[in-house]
Amino acid sequence: MSDLADAFAAAAMLIWSLDQDLVGIVLLSLRVTLTAMAIAAVIGLPLGGALAVFRFPGRSAILITINALMGLPPVVVGLIVYLMLSRAGPLGALGLLFTPAAMILAQAVLITPIIAALSCQTISGLWEEYREQLQSFAARRGDALATLLWEGRIALLTALLAGFGRASAEVGAVMIVGGNIDHVTRVMTTTIALETSKGNLSLALGLGIILISLAMGVAGGTYALKLAAERQRSA
Amino acid sequence: MTALTDPAAAPAILPLGLEGLVFAAGGKTLIKGITATLSAGSRSIVLGPNGAGKTLLLRLCHGLILPTGGRIVWKGAAGADPALRQAMVFQRPVMLRRSVAANVDYALRLRDLARADRQQRIEDVLTATGLRRFATQPARLLSVGEQQKLALARAWALRPDVLFLDEPTASLDPAATRAVEEIILRIDAGGTKIIMSTHDLAQARRLANEVLFLHRGRLCEQTPAPVFFTAPRTAEAGYFLEGKLFPQLRRINP
Ligand SMILES: Nc1ncnc2c1ncn2[C@@H]1O[C@H](COP(=O)(O)OP(=O)(O)OP(=O)(O)O)[C@@H](O)[C@H]1O
Ligand SMILES: [Mg+2]
Repeated sequence: MSDLADAFAAAAMLIWSLDQDLVGIVLLSLRVTLTAMAIAAVIGLPLGGALAVFRFPGRSAILITINALMGLPPVVVGLIVYLMLSRAGPLGALGLLFTPAAMILAQAVLITPIIAALSCQTISGLWEEYREQLQSFAARRGDALATLLWEGRIALLTALLAGFGRASAEVGAVMIVGGNIDHVTRVMTTTIALETSKGNLSLALGLGIILISLAMGVAGGTYALKLAAERQRSA
Repeated sequence: MTALTDPAAAPAILPLGLEGLVFAAGGKTLIKGITATLSAGSRSIVLGPNGAGKTLLLRLCHGLILPTGGRIVWKGAAGADPALRQAMVFQRPVMLRRSVAANVDYALRLRDLARADRQQRIEDVLTATGLRRFATQPARLLSVGEQQKLALARAWALRPDVLFLDEPTASLDPAATRAVEEIILRIDAGGTKIIMSTHDLAQARRLANEVLFLHRGRLCEQTPAPVFFTAPRTAEAGYFLEGKLFPQLRRINP
């Protein structure tokens, strides 16, 4: 019991004193996940929007694939990216395996389907509302898509936050492609897994507390955005 | 308001020819073979009871939906893209989530107009519709009546050959209705052909040069306004003018 209390105290101390290892791990985690989110946004938002606005052969197949990918376990994504990046894989020549870039790639693959699916849903709703007005303006479909991405900006931010939440919480994919190398590819979740198994609870707990705060922040942000979107819709 | 008319404009895409126009959906024929010619220089009012097909007819003419039979011909288009020479004001217009001025600018930018020209047109139409003081406000915060004026301003700024209006005053109070009607008359005076639907008889009397009377998807008559309001040619229009239900319906609701 007092072990646990000690661990909590030590964890608090690590955070309070901005322990170098802890700060390094947190910063790397944020860098990896934010970059992955940016990549996933650049691909997922227009993809989701295009699926909402355009009708083309293969559209249903893509939608089904995206929805299937959304439920994929992170370890499987990690395995696939590992195979792509391994020496024998198609991207092996890049030498990215066990670098932060590999982790970014894995997380981007993990959350692009989520962001695409959520933005498809958002843009579909807007398209129904705006369609005839935009058609009347003689807007081309591409113009209409760009317009709707902007009109739905608040709701789309929610999609990005959902992606960020999932990427920052996952451990399997980054563990496999990053290798959990000290000071190189150790992020919060992989460190928690490793340190807990080693019995070093204070660092694990400290990172756990930070992850929980982050999740709270994401949830709070999502809630605020939802309110803002509702206000905008009724306004 | 010379800036709001376009003296150098190419000849209008009018007249608009409807040739046996049919629209069917959900197993029902909703527009039943309408043939008519709508020419420049007059205000055409599409009149008819609820569900007659007024909105459908305007959407067909504007190209928002495709007819399942017959044709729509812009006889003066001569190679020009008719879609770029018309505008429509909807019963419930969609305001973009940006400022009042930016809403007008949006429509203008899609027509690839130069910045200075756009600025001038925005200034002109916002002044003419009394919305200038709202220019920088979010459009969605405007009242329903103000939003309808903005929809008119946005369409007016395009200086279309034809402006379709679908019951533009349906949810407005009498004062706002008059204000909108005045704007419509000014757009008409600028040389834009007005094609407007309404089921408000008094409004039709105020605005119509000619009436197209629709009943259950059919064009009963296309008649000059003075004749229509004194001696309509069809029984359906007669009942409508007297504020009565068409007999077939009256039997169901005694
Ligand atoms: N896509 C559709 N599928 C099936 N029925 C439709 C469709 N669109 C319209 N209708 C029907 O067609 C008829 C004419 O509709 P329309 O909206 O043109 O009437 P309206 O004359 O504009 O009436 P109101 O004065 O109430 O606006 C209505 O009975 C409507 O229910
Ligand atoms: Mg209607």
